[in-house]
Amino acid sequence: MKLLTAVVRPFVVDDVREAMERLSVLGMTVSEVQGYGRQKGHVEVYRGAEYSVDFVAKVRVEILLDDSIVDKALDAVVAACRTGRIGDGKVWVTPVDAVVRVRTGERGTDAI
Amino acid sequence: MIDTGDTAWLLGSAALVMLMTPGLALFYGGMVRSRSVLNVMMLTFGCLAAVGVVWLLYGYSLAFGNDGFAGLIGDFRLAGLHGLTNTTVGPPGHQVPLLAFAGFQLMFAVITVALLVGAIAERARFWPWLLFVVVWVTLVYLPLAHWVFAFDGFAGPGSTGGWLVNKLHALDFAGGTAVEVNSGAAAVALAIVIGHRHGWPRQAVRPHNLPFVMFGAGLLWFGWFGFNAGSALGASGVAATSFLNTTTAAATAVVGWLLVEQFRDGKPTTLGAASGAVAGLVGITPGCGYVEPLGAAAIGVVAGVVCSLAIGLKYRLRLDDSLDVLAVHGIGGFTGMILIGLFASKGVNSAGADGLFYGGGLDQLWRQAVATFAALGYSLVVTLVIAWVIHRTIGLRAAREAELDGIDEAEHAESAYDLAVHPSRRSMAAGFVEGGRP
Repeated sequence: MKLLTAVVRPFVVDDVREAMERLSVLGMTVSEVQGYGRQKGHVEVYRGAEYSVDFVAKVRVEILLDDSIVDKALDAVVAACRTGRIGDGKVWVTPVDAVVRVRTGERGTDAI
Repeated sequence: MIDTGDTAWLLGSAALVMLMTPGLALFYGGMVRSRSVLNVMMLTFGCLAAVGVVWLLYGYSLAFGNDGFAGLIGDFRLAGLHGLTNTTVGPPGHQVPLLAFAGFQLMFAVITVALLVGAIAERARFWPWLLFVVVWVTLVYLPLAHWVFAFDGFAGPGSTGGWLVNKLHALDFAGGTAVEVNSGAAAVALAIVIGHRHGWPRQAVRPHNLPFVMFGAGLLWFGWFGFNAGSALGASGVAATSFLNTTTAAATAVVGWLLVEQFRDGKPTTLGAASGAVAGLVGITPGCGYVEPLGAAAIGVVAGVVCSLAIGLKYRLRLDDSLDVLAVHGIGGFTGMILIGLFASKGVNSAGADGLFYGGGLDQLWRQAVATFAALGYSLVVTLVIAWVIHRTIGLRAAREAELDGIDEAEHAESAYDLAVHPSRRSMAAGFVEGGRP
């Protein structure tokens, strides 16, 4: 089992969700986050006073995946998030030791 | 005999002006950080309560009663609004109930002191502020309103009014001196006494809700029709002129402000559009009943450009006038008062005068300048004294920790937004829903 984590532009979330539905991936967790990478922040101007916004609003998408579908899902997420401009974000995959569905007690792949 | 049309317009105008104060609360509330929004709104909204009481007890009487001393202040004869019921005022055929006028002018007093919240936003304590409101309205607003709004013969046959309007014959249709120049000067005094916010100007403050600011500016624009056109005190041609001039000046000022931003900062901003509208409304306030629509357009664009450029003043003066009361109201009001000396025309209003551009020479210009500097000087000095005394005795400013952690919670035990759902709050809410009682 793997955990796919994507920190991406806020407005691509629906595209990611649709891509996952096409692959029959059933669940995901989405949270609003802030951060910066190479993009850094941006400057906003209020009545002529410049305000430097260091952190950029992003969305973190977390998806639990069975090993067999990880590569396809990774490609689909990247395709859904890519605009080609700076600030598209990052996607990474980490191994998961155990997963339990709380309601039934099912473990492993059955719990995804 | 009461003129019902005039009375209806005056009462409607009073209600419109009342709406400006909650509008101002939104305008100011959106410009501060989320942790201070309730405090700023409370300081603004509280003026409706405090000034309402003052007005009843003695405020109206001191501003509009028979002159008590040299055109400087009224007397106490109308205290408690005593004797106003069933009294009518105005020219024959255009009589309105004096209580309608008293209600209309009350709203002017409320919004004027509420404007000062912009100078002390994010760091003022509520009760000391309310005390300041009562003292300031008494010692600064009431005299100034008397100087410029109280006409000879208004409080009764043979009564005398204020010196600016009756002796100097300065023109101020709807409050360029008593409201705008006054609040700008007082804002400077308050900002000097209370000191700048922690971290200012190193840390710029980002407005937390620009939609609030836009909505508040819209309500101000809407209410300003009552403020300016209501000052004709009747449903008349002068009211119509003031009405159109009001919106014209706001429109051209938005354009003026945004052009400055485009050239200076590269983008026309939302905050700039809202600020430009207010600057134009401020600029046209004193002259709205005396100038032609084209004159109003000129006054608006000048106010928009000048006020926008004046924003930088507070950084030069190292003065944290948080929400730019000086730049928008002080400088805007000053500009509008002086420009009357150029654009006023008797063709628009026979009660007015001809300005420099209408063959009147420099005569009206110097009268306008004297009135403006008198209001500015008096307000600045007296406000300095009032604010200093209150600040040194009971303290006007919140503690450093309160300011840094959030003045809403420290002063009011409330917060505007539930940004993070705390576990204890969640269980409380659940208990409420499921059990009916927490």
